[in-house]
Amino acid sequence: MLHKTARENFDLQLASLISEVKDLGMNARDAVRVSIQALLSNDIQAVKKIISEDQRINEKRYELEIKCIALIATQQPMAHDVRLLAAILEIITEIERIGDYAKGIGKVAVRLKDVKIDDDWQHFLVSMTNKGLVMMEQGLEAFILLDDKAAREIPGLDDEVDEIYNQLADHIAHSYSINPSNYRQAQCVLWAAHNLERLADRVTNICERIVYVQTGEISEFDNPEIAA
Amino acid sequence: MNNVTVGKIEVRNVNIYYGKFRAVKNVSISIPDKKITALIGPSGCGKSTLLRSLNRMNDLIPGSHMEGSITFHEIDIYEKSVDPVEVRRHIGMVFQKANPFPRSIYENVAWGARINGFQYRLGHPSMDEWVEICLRKAALWDEVKDKLRSSGLSLSGGQQQRLCIARAIATRPEVILMDEPASALDPIATLRIEELMRELAEEFAIVVVTHNMQQAARVSDFTAFLTMEEDRSGILVEYGKTPQIFTNPVDSRTEGYITGRFG
Repeated sequence: MLHKTARENFDLQLASLISEVKDLGMNARDAVRVSIQALLSNDIQAVKKIISEDQRINEKRYELEIKCIALIATQQPMAHDVRLLAAILEIITEIERIGDYAKGIGKVAVRLKDVKIDDDWQHFLVSMTNKGLVMMEQGLEAFILLDDKAAREIPGLDDEVDEIYNQLADHIAHSYSINPSNYRQAQCVLWAAHNLERLADRVTNICERIVYVQTGEISEFDNPEIAA
Repeated sequence: MNNVTVGKIEVRNVNIYYGKFRAVKNVSISIPDKKITALIGPSGCGKSTLLRSLNRMNDLIPGSHMEGSITFHEIDIYEKSVDPVEVRRHIGMVFQKANPFPRSIYENVAWGARINGFQYRLGHPSMDEWVEICLRKAALWDEVKDKLRSSGLSLSGGQQQRLCIARAIATRPEVILMDEPASALDPIATLRIEELMRELAEEFAIVVVTHNMQQAARVSDFTAFLTMEEDRSGILVEYGKTPQIFTNPVDSRTEGYITGRFG
């Protein structure tokens, strides 16, 4: 999409911005992965790293926001360019929220620092994490390529993440009915899973923005879970 | 593509030639009433030629001729029976360089009224009142009310351009054509002209040619993008609502031009 043109300098700035947004996304992805590992392995040291990483992601997000606004003010972008910059403003917000989910999971890890999470529940969490992070990687890939076709397909995985979340919730409800003393662990694990479920929703939002950049159409992907 | 059903001016299949050279090729466009239509495109794309054809200004250029039809109130303004001076009374023009007559501010506006056969009638404004009305509509009254007998040439560039707008509206036109009306003005004077255009659009149809895309984006309701074909003839590529043209143009040539990327 970026031809060598009369606006080479602007193109370079856009390319650099896209790359920085992708890096921010990868940082948020890594933070989520580390937070789940910390939760499953009771690693409190890792949680401290996650919290400082979240702070860094927040700062970087503001830095990118200011860059976007500066480009809008100085370059008077039109058409595809203005759609791209408007989309980036949305996408960095989504990424920043994903960073918050990593921190949220980290807080759960602190609360459960002395608890070994039930093996079955661990299995569900790992499975949700893997699918969520695949979605996120594919979403970021679709973003740097501005591939709206791929972006339309990725949210299909969101349904799978939701499905696992629902299975885990059922599993937790069942086990709670048998062993109510497990209440605290159950609630914490459900909260961590909820963060993963929301991560997938955020990636879906990112994909909607990629479609907007390429087509000019803003629409919510048909997903009853999001609509609800 | 065309969002206007019945225009104030209807341009149909118009070709405009300078000698053998075809400057405008097969353009059809509907100019809506009480809206601002911007014509944008690279130098030489025929946008000024098209603008000038709307009130027969090209008649004054030797060797120029046109084909097709331009209708105003369902009359083809190029019919032999139509007086081009009469056309220009109804369809006024403001030029790139402000061109007040070397006469008083008052006379500049009164002249516009007189060529429209202004005469006092009971219950109608007097000439003094009409000059004030036109200067107010041109957002110039407060600045000149105490020096109406001073020369129009004593005003600043932006004021001179507003005086020319007052003179144009004194003839009670229905359409105002503007050819780069702010390109010789500083940014503040430019914004004043743009604000004035928005006010005038409540009463008139306005067509503006501008090289300044941000100006077209800020001020117009509809935008037409013209470009040149290989034989250098100007063609209309895309015409639509301004926010649509500047955020999501249909044609890749429009996209290339407005984003500063050709091809």
